[in-house]
Amino acid sequence: MASKLNLENRKFVIGGIAVGIIIIYIIRLLTLQLLSDDYKRNADSNAFRKDILYPSRGLILDRNGQLLVYNEPSYNIMVTMQEQKGVDTARLCEAIGITVEDYKQRMSEIKDPAKNPGYSRYKPQIFMSQIPAEEFSMFKEKLFRFNGFSVEKRSVRRYAGGYGAHILGDVGEVSPKDIEESDYYRSGDYIGKLGIERSYEKELRGEKGMHIMLRDVRGRTQGHYANGKYDRLPVAGKNLTLGIDRELQELAERLLQGKLGAIVAIEPATGEILCMASGPSYDPRIMVGRDRGTNQRLLTRNPLKPLLNRAIMGTYPPGSTFKTTQGLIGLQEGSITTETMFPCAHGFNYMGMHLGCHGHASPLNLVPALGTSCNSFFCWNLYRMFNDRTRFKNTAEAMTRWKDHLVAMGFGYPLGVDLPGEKRGMIPNADYYTKHLKKWNALSVISISIGQGEVTATPLQTANLCATIANRGYFYTPHIVKAIKGGQIDPKYREKRRTMVDTRHYVPIVEGMRRAVLGGTCRGANLPGIEVCGKTGTAQNRGHDHSAFMGFAPMNNPKIAVSVYIENGGFGADFGVPLGALIIEKYLRGKLSASSERRAAVFAARHIKYSTDR
Amino acid sequence: MNSFDRTKRGPLTSVDWPIILTYFLMLAFGWLSVCGASHEIGDTNFFAWSSFSGKQIVWMGCATALAFVLLMLEERYYDMFATIIYVGMMVLLLITPFLSSGVKGSYSWIKLGAVSLQPAEFAKCATALFLAKVVGQHGFSLTTKRNFTIAVAIVLLPMVLIILQRETGSALVYLAFFLVFYREGMAGSILFTAFAAVVYFVIGIRFAADPFPGSLSSIGESVVTVLIWCFTFGLWRVYCRYDRFIARYFWAGLALLVVASLFSAFIFTFDVAWLAVGLCVAIALFFAWRGLSDRLNSYLLIAAFTLGSLTFFYASDYVLNNVMEPHQRVRINVLLGIEENNSGAGYNVNQSKIAIGSGGMLGKGFMNGTQTKLKYVPEQHTDFIFCTVGEEQGFVGSAACLFLFLFLILRLIYLSERQSSTFGRVYGYCVASVFLFHVFINIGMVMGLTPVIGIPLPFFSYGGSSLWGFTLLLFIFLRIDANSKNRLRQF
Repeated sequence: MASKLNLENRKFVIGGIAVGIIIIYIIRLLTLQLLSDDYKRNADSNAFRKDILYPSRGLILDRNGQLLVYNEPSYNIMVTMQEQKGVDTARLCEAIGITVEDYKQRMSEIKDPAKNPGYSRYKPQIFMSQIPAEEFSMFKEKLFRFNGFSVEKRSVRRYAGGYGAHILGDVGEVSPKDIEESDYYRSGDYIGKLGIERSYEKELRGEKGMHIMLRDVRGRTQGHYANGKYDRLPVAGKNLTLGIDRELQELAERLLQGKLGAIVAIEPATGEILCMASGPSYDPRIMVGRDRGTNQRLLTRNPLKPLLNRAIMGTYPPGSTFKTTQGLIGLQEGSITTETMFPCAHGFNYMGMHLGCHGHASPLNLVPALGTSCNSFFCWNLYRMFNDRTRFKNTAEAMTRWKDHLVAMGFGYPLGVDLPGEKRGMIPNADYYTKHLKKWNALSVISISIGQGEVTATPLQTANLCATIANRGYFYTPHIVKAIKGGQIDPKYREKRRTMVDTRHYVPIVEGMRRAVLGGTCRGANLPGIEVCGKTGTAQNRGHDHSAFMGFAPMNNPKIAVSVYIENGGFGADFGVPLGALIIEKYLRGKLSASSERRAAVFAARHIKYSTDR
Repeated sequence: MNSFDRTKRGPLTSVDWPIILTYFLMLAFGWLSVCGASHEIGDTNFFAWSSFSGKQIVWMGCATALAFVLLMLEERYYDMFATIIYVGMMVLLLITPFLSSGVKGSYSWIKLGAVSLQPAEFAKCATALFLAKVVGQHGFSLTTKRNFTIAVAIVLLPMVLIILQRETGSALVYLAFFLVFYREGMAGSILFTAFAAVVYFVIGIRFAADPFPGSLSSIGESVVTVLIWCFTFGLWRVYCRYDRFIARYFWAGLALLVVASLFSAFIFTFDVAWLAVGLCVAIALFFAWRGLSDRLNSYLLIAAFTLGSLTFFYASDYVLNNVMEPHQRVRINVLLGIEENNSGAGYNVNQSKIAIGSGGMLGKGFMNGTQTKLKYVPEQHTDFIFCTVGEEQGFVGSAACLFLFLFLILRLIYLSERQSSTFGRVYGYCVASVFLFHVFINIGMVMGLTPVIGIPLPFFSYGGSSLWGFTLLLFIFLRIDANSKNRLRQF
């Protein structure tokens, strides 16, 4: 039997148990409070509700300060699943004008994690989006009766007119991929999808603001956290001024009606794009609001591909407009001088090779060759250059030099315009031919000298070539946006890019293009009182020829360089020249003369038949 | 001479001031926490009668008055009236369910005008007094079966009555009196057996699904069977005379288990736990034979312990998986950390862990706790009050709170030991044990270490009944201690 003293020692056991428990609890406190951040993070997401304040998106103006795109309020009806129980569905549907089936379908969509990744029962989800103000005012009063339904004010884009869809682009809800790529976006946010809405998304969107609200366990708001010390106001998006001339753009799109093709005009002195039209086009206003999805599907399925911006995504054989580059390279590389004459017997004939030409005086030198667009002259020019063994070790080396020249002129690679999706076109190099033809020489690739064969370019690249000639040897990277209010455009648009051809060699080229307008292929572009320089192009392809034109004016101190490309339009003079002339006249005179206006109406109405099974 | 002088002094001069100071510190700390837990941000009207903090001020005022009265009373009254108080209290507990209107399924509250009282909170004090009186009788010894049964009955009666009121949590508090029994002579092996049972259960169930590397049995089964082997020999070493043969058998068994584990892991996989079970059964049978043949009671008891342990372990596993209702199983699994269930059974504890964890080193500051303020934590001003301490005062405040309790409990043990009368000592230990049990369960519960049993944290939780109950418990002891005649010796 334990003695009394032994029993007294048991106080140490009991005291020890107390000390042990407290030590274990202190260790537990340490791990909970000091060694883990999880609980703190959990607490924040528990108790804070971040109310997002949406900034207004930047406006878009044309080069004369005319509004092209602006905002208008619209409303989203939101639903919080947790709170919407017991709502009279039939009355709700009646109030907002939908059927009960629509309601059920929408509800199941909201709950579907595949369609609505950020779903939470406790957070408001978009039930109906982009309801215009006038429609909304009708059921605003009724909505408060339905628990769990609330309204979020947002804004939608409005357009001054039905033009400029390819440049301006549009705005739509962010995709799951956008959310994944950037921390900025939440489900239901808007993002620029196409055009400059997309390429200038960061400038246009502004910065979202935030109210940090405290919420209790039932989700009720209990005021601003720390009296709003950490709240942020939204920063409005920046306004963009474009180089686009609204009226010129409108005209260009009118002229393209019923045709596939593109019209691009550039201000040579700055590289600003004055107009960029692609046919067929569509009305940007249909890509706003609740019908956006349906309309986009229709446009995507259209076989004529109206969503394609052919000015930067269409790669075509440039045809005879390309001959100007060949003249420049020939002069620079010494294969010709301005005096060099080549024969043309209805075409280029050498060693069994024949490449046809139309009837004109022969032999002839550079300026008249440009004026009449002689194929033979430029074939001889390339043949000479590629076989000039005093300059080049072999054909491949000559070809490389030739390619470098064209790349410096802006061909073969995307120019870097501030629009998404620009194509590079194609300038073949020696490796390409070695791979595809095995054995090749100047003769087997001779058609590249007249802008056929493997050579392709976008209408923008051709317009840029024209601007380079107008500038006599340099260009600025073409761009849509001229200025950002409160910001800077990319400095690369302010950098002069020189070609590898001396300025003096441009003089005969300009002269040849002037000759073409005065008495050659481009007589239709001879505007009274304006010194227009131009070059036609008629590009052969499997179907009817493509009609092309490039030109600038005035000859000295040029203000506009334009390129026109009409798919299956026939000769350059059929569509290219008259359309180009109208654009030049409109821009330089500010308006079209009465006779030109009539001509514009005629060309706008002249539609080309395209087979739709392409 | 000295002793004469001291009796002349009033109880206010000889009372133990460190404890009184701790008491008021806790009241103040507790009141600030109730403010934090019950007021919304920006609402600083702490004294409004309509708020919990305003009411708590009144309860605290009453408690202080009660404490003063208790100190002024003659201490011999407590001894004198202990029986009447206990009997009266038991009658009250018995009739409470019939007087109560039933709040949240509990029938433990009696409405008296504006305030509701919970007799169960006061029954602890009555039981402690009566237990002290009974154990303090001359010739009463807990080592005799008869007396031990009487003592256990005194504790079990209020437990059963309170369970009838559907207040299981409050009833479990009476288990704390077993610590007092231990101090007064109850065999330590009983305490140890209870401890061992908890260990078997927690380890066995927690690791029932994790396979022991290289064996067919689970970690839980392997560890528990080896533990039973070790506990058996631990008890043998404490209660029986040393025997070299048995010691060798033990070490040989342990070595065999290690070799068997290696053999199972690398050569031929088999169920090692069964080997351990076999060894345990063998030694138990050997001890039982030895106990019977040599009439050694301790051998028999150890054999019973070993076989009982094995039975308990396998039975608990079976009961959990085949007898218990699914929701009960979920509660146990959540507590043991096998299942995450943050919206159901684990919600309260998860939220309270978040609240405490978000406090960090120094806390968010008074009235800045977002979790408790925004009502994420349930019962935050009563049972989960420690969350507010953790969130608003951080690690520093929470640790300070724990140390205050530790100081109180150790001081109570120290004061109990200096009592000359068994009555004083037993009562003192009762007070210390009840506080220890409340702190252990309540704080453990909010930190996710002990089961969710709804009992208040002394002096912190909101509520008049619990505050007065604890004040009564504590100050009666202080009054007994203040009478220096009762002190064993001068310190």
